Amino acid sequence: MSFINYSSREINCKIVYYGPGLCGKTTNLQYIYKRTKPEQKGKLISLATEAERTLFFDFLPLSLGDIKGFRIRFHLYTVPGQVFYAASRKLILKGVDGVVFVADSQIERMESNMESFDDLKINLAEQGYELEKLPFIIQYNKRDLPNIVPVEEMDKLLNPRQVQWFEGVAPTGKGVFETLKAVAKMVLFELKKHY
Amino acid sequence: MIGSDLVMYEEEFQKIDAELQKLHQQSNSKVVFLVDKNGQLIASAGETHDIDTTSLASLTAGNIAATGGIARLLGEKEFTILFHEGEKDNIHISLIGQRIILVVIFDQRSSLGLVRLRVKKASESLVRIFDEINQKVEKEKGEGKFEESPFAEISDEDIDSLFK
Repeated sequence: MSFINYSSREINCKIVYYGPGLCGKTTNLQYIYKRTKPEQKGKLISLATEAERTLFFDFLPLSLGDIKGFRIRFHLYTVPGQVFYAASRKLILKGVDGVVFVADSQIERMESNMESFDDLKINLAEQGYELEKLPFIIQYNKRDLPNIVPVEEMDKLLNPRQVQWFEGVAPTGKGVFETLKAVAKMVLFELKKHY
Repeated sequence: MIGSDLVMYEEEFQKIDAELQKLHQQSNSKVVFLVDKNGQLIASAGETHDIDTTSLASLTAGNIAATGGIARLLGEKEFTILFHEGEKDNIHISLIGQRIILVVIFDQRSSLGLVRLRVKKASESLVRIFDEINQKVEKEKGEGKFEESPFAEISDEDIDSLFK
């Protein structure tokens, strides 16, 4: 549910980073925050527990520039990944324009990835969305770790729709902006279809 | 998905702005905000310069969303008013027309009673304005045209340029 404001000539879109606990959603946002010019970003807000686990959401507003005289703003959100925060996770998906699924590449996290992926589909359906119709990108994160599953195998498990994916190492920024750019593109082209 | 996008035009924006200015004055408040339920700031009036309005909009929407979740757990449809009392400043949050959040921040120069009264009046006018917007959007959609669509000729290069 983007917000197109002809009066202030702004377009606002909401992008949600989804994925299992500790997969690197917050780290993606932190890297984007770190590498964006001060005039292009707002505050990075993290509603986290004392142990720095996301409790409700992280929020980062970006205003990267203009297209055809309209200021394009992206509001990036992460969901709390831990299973028991299901109720909060659902709320963050309200009004989403595009989803990034951050998957943890470690062998022992494959089940959590699949669980989170199913959870995403169910929660979207509850809000009246179909994942198949939303701008959607996958990031296979933590590619720098030793015990990881080959991308082809992860693709079989998590990407039946064959959407665009990127390999990521979020703390160093590998794949972070590529992912954001790809989802931003899909969101804006989706809007183009309707306006 | 697309039926629920929010589109704002100059004419209606002026009306909303005027309504917020009026509410700001009549309620003796510090700041008045209008936020979309998804966390987008729509308009504001008053002493906004010291406040991070974007963050405030997002957190308010999160607050309303969480409260809505609690309401449903208890079998309520929605809690339409939230009030937070601070040492100096207080914040009155109300959900209007199911979709828009009206936020009033006030201090001892005003009172909860006055704010509630004025918010109620303003809400009725704001609901009418948002109905007008919806009708306008539906009409333009039906006719398949939007005034000077920013998306008409958007290209890969345009989007690439945002990320340079």
